[in-house]
Amino acid sequence: MKLGILVNEGPYTHQASDSAYHFTKAALEKGHEIFRVFFYNDGVNNGTRLTVPPQDDRNLQKAWSELADKHKLDLVVCIAAAQRRGILDQDEAKRHGKNVDNIAPGFRISGLGQLVETAMIAERLVVFGD
Amino acid sequence: MADVKPPEIASNIKKKLMYVNRKAPYGTIYALESLEVVLISAAFEQDVSLAFLDDGVYQLMKGQNTSGIGMKNFSPTFKALGDYEIKKLYVEKESLDERGLKPDDLMEISYEDEDEGFAKKPSVRIVNRSELTQIMAQQDVLLNF
Repeated sequence: MKLGILVNEGPYTHQASDSAYHFTKAALEKGHEIFRVFFYNDGVNNGTRLTVPPQDDRNLQKAWSELADKHKLDLVVCIAAAQRRGILDQDEAKRHGKNVDNIAPGFRISGLGQLVETAMIAERLVVFGD
Repeated sequence: MADVKPPEIASNIKKKLMYVNRKAPYGTIYALESLEVVLISAAFEQDVSLAFLDDGVYQLMKGQNTSGIGMKNFSPTFKALGDYEIKKLYVEKESLDERGLKPDDLMEISYEDEDEGFAKKPSVRIVNRSELTQIMAQQDVLLNF
């Protein structure tokens, strides 16, 4: 089955991103296709490479990046939600006069249209939130 | 609002998308960011509806004034939804009752019916919990905020 994933909470405060990650990984292992994982609301905070969780805890950003690399996943962070929360890629950082970017490997920044497109094309959209 | 290009590959797909709003308009960003997706989805010519339940019913309250909290009052945007061809706003009756609210406490939101000489018709429909359950069951996609 072709699945779309929506992650609406950031890492660690809520379990939503963990659940979405485990679901996505399990679905891929079962042979399902993940059309796209879209990060919205505080979910965009999953896409910063500047998180440094304790070594004895899971590193969610790294887990997503590695899963994306292994399965050629499309991880999309909403641009409007990202700008509010300080998640920038190189182009956005330059455009807004910021001296750093922080987007994590395997993530890209794009518009909300990518979420609506996921809802349209995926056979199921699975939403992970509070 | 960012410019949105409708997807080239999916132009023949029309799905029933329902946005389920469960949270108060201020206090968290969910209501505002839900409305942002709703407006974008209008560009994709989908069959869009909105549901308001739990504290989400407060999103449609009349007379919202945010001057004391320093946040943008985005409630007028709901009144513009008709211009985006979004005409179905379902409000759960039990959620109103549980909060001591009446339909008259909600904003008047309308759309112009092209088939009837652009007559103004109400977009808000008060439905009870079991009706809303049935409406939800008919959707292709539910997006919860």
